[in-house]
Amino acid sequence: MELVLDSEQRQLREAVRELLADHCPPARVREIMGGDEGWDRALWSRLAGLGVAGLVIPEEHGGSGAGHVERCVVLEELGRALAPVPFLASAVLAVDTVLALGDAELSAELLPQLATGELVAAVAVAGDEGTWGSAAHSIAVTRRNGVFALDGHASFVVSGDAAHLVLVYAGTPDGPGWFVVSGEAAGLRTTRLRTLDPTRALARLDFAGTPARAVAAADPAAVLEAVRDRAAFALAAEQLGGLDHVLETTVDYAKVRVQFGRPIGSYQAVKHACADLYSTAEQARSVVRHAAWTADHDPGALPVAAALAQVVLGPGYFDSAAAGVQLHGGVGYTWEHDAHLYYKRAKTSELLLGAPEEQRARLADRLAL
Amino acid sequence: MSFRETVRAWLAENVPKTVENASAEERIATAKRFQAALHDAGLAGLTWPAEYGGQGRTAADQQVFDEEAAAYDLPTDVFMISMGMCGPTIVDLGTHEQKARYVRPLLRGEEIWCQLFSEPGAGSDVASLQTRAVRDGESWVVNGQKVWTSGAQHADFGALLARTNPDVPKHKGITMFIVDMHAPGVTVRPLKDMTGQAPFNEVFFDNVRLPADAVLGEVDAGWFAAVTMLGHERVSIGGSVRRRYDPLTYTNLADLARRLGRARDPVVRTELAGLYAAERALSLFNTRLRQEADAGSPPGARGSVAKLAGAELLWRAVRVAGLIAGVRAAAWDEGDPAAEELAIAINATPASSIAGGTNQIQRGIIGERVLGLPKEPQVDRDVPFRELRVGTQA
Ligand SMILES: Cc1cc2nc3c(=O)[nH]c(=O)nc-3n(C[C@H](O)[C@H](O)[C@H](O)COP(=O)(O)OP(=O)(O)OC[C@H]3O[C@@H](n4cnc5c(N)ncnc54)[C@H](O)[C@@H]3O)c2cc1C
Repeated sequence: MELVLDSEQRQLREAVRELLADHCPPARVREIMGGDEGWDRALWSRLAGLGVAGLVIPEEHGGSGAGHVERCVVLEELGRALAPVPFLASAVLAVDTVLALGDAELSAELLPQLATGELVAAVAVAGDEGTWGSAAHSIAVTRRNGVFALDGHASFVVSGDAAHLVLVYAGTPDGPGWFVVSGEAAGLRTTRLRTLDPTRALARLDFAGTPARAVAAADPAAVLEAVRDRAAFALAAEQLGGLDHVLETTVDYAKVRVQFGRPIGSYQAVKHACADLYSTAEQARSVVRHAAWTADHDPGALPVAAALAQVVLGPGYFDSAAAGVQLHGGVGYTWEHDAHLYYKRAKTSELLLGAPEEQRARLADRLAL
Repeated sequence: MSFRETVRAWLAENVPKTVENASAEERIATAKRFQAALHDAGLAGLTWPAEYGGQGRTAADQQVFDEEAAAYDLPTDVFMISMGMCGPTIVDLGTHEQKARYVRPLLRGEEIWCQLFSEPGAGSDVASLQTRAVRDGESWVVNGQKVWTSGAQHADFGALLARTNPDVPKHKGITMFIVDMHAPGVTVRPLKDMTGQAPFNEVFFDNVRLPADAVLGEVDAGWFAAVTMLGHERVSIGGSVRRRYDPLTYTNLADLARRLGRARDPVVRTELAGLYAAERALSLFNTRLRQEADAGSPPGARGSVAKLAGAELLWRAVRVAGLIAGVRAAAWDEGDPAAEELAIAINATPASSIAGGTNQIQRGIIGERVLGLPKEPQVDRDVPFRELRVGTQA
């Protein structure tokens, strides 16, 4: 097991970090947040230019065939900067779905474009109740004259508004299956949801006789599970970056903010809270690295490692972000300060794949409890 | 008719309907009309001295009123600082003239108050404030800045803390003033909070002239006045009635669980029960504090327990909301006000453990002032204010 980044992985981190420092400062995040479009196209192109969208895509399909550890390095930086790009949707959920489906034709068609970032794809798996896989009940598939059509809706689709193409988990008379829908398809209506977190767009998709292409899969539900595991630790990597940012900015502030004639960091209540942030971040980092390494080298152990990552990072990030606001006092509660953006991202991430109790239940299942 | 029946009948007749999407001006106008009518009916300021416009009744009557009012959303949030904090301090420390001038209009909702304590460099450590009031003949001239001032944009008066003597240790050179928010030189600039709304403000004082009788309490004894007001604040925040529309109450979360078909989930059930227990324990504690106060022993620093427990309760409710609603607590379709209210409440929760003294400060108060534990060493206690390190901002 290798939990320490090698020099190439560190270089990748530096490259992404530098790019984000130049092109995704907090002011840019706020600009996108206040704009009509939920994502930063220019930033997406620049990132894609580094080749980061294809890190887990095999070389034969235009990727770099690097691995999950590398992709998590990128996610960590994106989470640290709250970068408003459809990486989680396209370079994680969509790529992983195509890979898990294992359909040669689909892979040859989509992966090269996903690797370059020209194609932005999203994955629709949840219905109104937001649970992973529930779209199989909220979207019905019919087949007429050899053509498949979707009716119903999916919601909470990450970057659904940005997608040129959507991979949909829908219900057929014979059970759930996977379908590909063009973002431009007739009968597809995409609506941005209102979100607690202004830095990540989620969408609702309404299907009305929307033409779709079926993708054959021996076990569609197994694909769903595989993607969910990968999403769990990929999201955890993003959460880790945010958590790290909270830790750094909060500790810095505790050193300079003076109350009662002393820096607030000299009070045990503050010092201990900072120590807790650090302790949380260190364990979180280990858990994320472990899951990423496991995905690359020990896939059999991934279900536990992935569930573990969400169990640790979900509440770990949110509680830390809440402490970050708290330790900044009144200034942390203002709109101008960035602390609230991390708070909101952390809350949404904590719930995106199911509430913490659900994550623990999932881990319990994996442990055969 | 018993007092309870009187209250019940009056409320049934007079509580205005909540109007959705009402502007701030409309809400305040409604609140003012309601409060004046409440006062006309002899139901405003129940425990306040009759001489100055109160009703001179017991805390038990207040309890009865609160129980009856719990069935409604009274439009009185805008008076929370007036009636929970500034008014009681004027009653405690004001001269006869000040009480005669200010208490009645405050109780009638005709004049709204705000609390001008915190500054960019002085929050938990309010006593290190830098706003200065300098004597000029009979009057005072104020210069400086306050921040996070709730409701200043609607306020007619403020309770201002300003430094009147920088040559003595920080606690000894502060005076509390009553300041007319419409006076020349007072500028109020709304400040957006993390929910995106602007309930608080920056307030600037540029050569604002105050008359000699603006001093509340004694000159240079403003710290005593501040502690008096902060005590009222903690009790008022900790003991405040939860709004019926507050999405983070046990009742509303249990309802949400039923609506979303989550109420039979075993984890949801136990977590909701835990939330109920925490909410009930706090409300029973508040009732007991009030009964003790009625019997002649005021809560003092024990009000911090209510303030702290109230904040922790909200944080617990945020967790339970996530458990019940999952991602639905974080994203919703346009035009779903209930979901939107829940999200705003989640985003506003940090205020509960910062405003009115942070959780850390409340724990310090409980430890030192209630339990008598040894005090933190205070490096700046005896140093003249002039020589202090204050206001360092990152
Ligand atoms: C929604 C809201 C409304 C407000 N309304 C008003 C108002 O109407 N009028 C008004 O005057 N003020 C108001 N305030 C200001 C509020 O009183 C201050 O924000 C609060 O007292 C904290 O001060 P600060 O923001 O300067 O934080 P700081 O004092 O700088 O605190 C930063 C962190 O350090 C911790 N800390 C500081 N000192 C100690 C210590 N000795 N021991 C342990 N930990 C410590 C704090 O707990 C906090 O976590 C409001 C604030 C908010 C958020």
